[in-house]
Amino acid sequence: MARTIIPFGPQHPVLPEPVHLDLVVEDERVVEARPSIGFVHRGLERLAEVKDYVEFVYVAERICGICSFIHGQSYCQAIETLMKVSIPPRAQYLRTIWGELSRLHSHLLWLGLMADAMGFESLFMHSWRVREKVLNIIEATTGGRVIFGACKIGGVRRDLDAETLRTLGGQLDDIEREAREITRVFINDNSVKDRLCGVGVLGRREAYELGCVGPMLRASGVPQDLRLSGYAAYGDLVLEPVTRSEGDSYARCAVRCDEIFQSIDLIRQALSRLPGGDIAVKVAGNPDGEVVVRAEQPRGEVVYYIKANATKHVQRFRVRTPTFANLPAMLKVLQGCDLADVPILVLTIDPCISCTER
Amino acid sequence: MTVECIAVESLLSRVRHLREAGYRLVQIGATRLPSQIEVTYSFDLEGELIHLRLVLASAEIIVPSISALYWCAFIYENEMHDLFGLQIDGMTIDFGGQFYQTAIQHPFGAPQASALPMSNSHPVVAAAAVKS
Repeated sequence: MARTIIPFGPQHPVLPEPVHLDLVVEDERVVEARPSIGFVHRGLERLAEVKDYVEFVYVAERICGICSFIHGQSYCQAIETLMKVSIPPRAQYLRTIWGELSRLHSHLLWLGLMADAMGFESLFMHSWRVREKVLNIIEATTGGRVIFGACKIGGVRRDLDAETLRTLGGQLDDIEREAREITRVFINDNSVKDRLCGVGVLGRREAYELGCVGPMLRASGVPQDLRLSGYAAYGDLVLEPVTRSEGDSYARCAVRCDEIFQSIDLIRQALSRLPGGDIAVKVAGNPDGEVVVRAEQPRGEVVYYIKANATKHVQRFRVRTPTFANLPAMLKVLQGCDLADVPILVLTIDPCISCTER
Repeated sequence: MTVECIAVESLLSRVRHLREAGYRLVQIGATRLPSQIEVTYSFDLEGELIHLRLVLASAEIIVPSISALYWCAFIYENEMHDLFGLQIDGMTIDFGGQFYQTAIQHPFGAPQASALPMSNSHPVVAAAAVKS
């Protein structure tokens, strides 16, 4: 059968960000997908070599417009590890709370995008309506909605006052109630199941060997979650990785749905145990040595590598983002799929090209 | 962070050993230093990281691809080729320098911009001159 190459992206209605795929198809079946990225590559890793390491927190946060807080947090953790700085327990808890709020709004954003890709517009709008409530909490507690500059080397910049702590519980109850209604549709609706069940199946062993991370890996039955390593305040909280065994697009969606409630639970745990005291310590000097720090972003494991030589600029700053790690798996699941399923499968890894184009 | 420095010739056998032991490839990254290039391979098993490192005297030294052992390595290897100009031999998928659509070829291949006088030979300056 004759083969045709169909260009997909970098601008496409279903793609929130620019990635290009050359889809090699036989009839309507994809036999190969060849990606190219770099359309908006920003060279931020290189920028670290000429920016003051303290200022660079602001740049690290701008690696991604969705999981920006955890980027800032990971960068700060890496520098703090190099400089042997212990931040106050309250700052660790506040980082955990804002990190989980970031995961909440990221997963709700993804659910909306997936609903939009399936043509389920009302579900898309409801998902993003609930996401607004999460952004409102972030705005009320930090002053920003997506990139909020709350993290700094040595701790955090903002604290939660007693009034905010009192109202947060009720706001979380409201978000949980509405998220249950939305996720019930994602899990039970036949039109959703028809588009997702059995599409893009990735077995447990294959997902592990392909280097998958985050919901992509956990949906194939691997209980890997970097939060279990105990960074920030996670070591004090009860956490069980959300996993599914089917390994298909439906399982990846279901994992993200369940992780919404897991994040709400973690925020409640952190709020109930929030210690008093300072929110930051003073940091002096310059970092020296090299370090690898890993954290669990909404899309999965992020790896930060920093090499420094006791100057105010780091020698090397590298970020391996979760989307980058999941790209090989995306190419695998695209092989043999129907052309009509390509948008679903691309979205199923929750691609963040902004992160990848750091 | 503990790093095991190895020779280029022993890379494949060491990586094969890790694969057989069940390690997952976490990342491959390059670091351009003033007189050499470090290539670090990170592997994970049940949360424990292992780092293997090649120290290359120049980007001309050919590094064997590990993508026959870890298929997903092709994405890191193409990245190192496109951004640093490293020569990787035997990638299972070779984009031929077209994986990253950057305006400057091998933008991370030159020494740090801050360490250089901004002469016309610097790739950033040269690219700016072409655009203007």
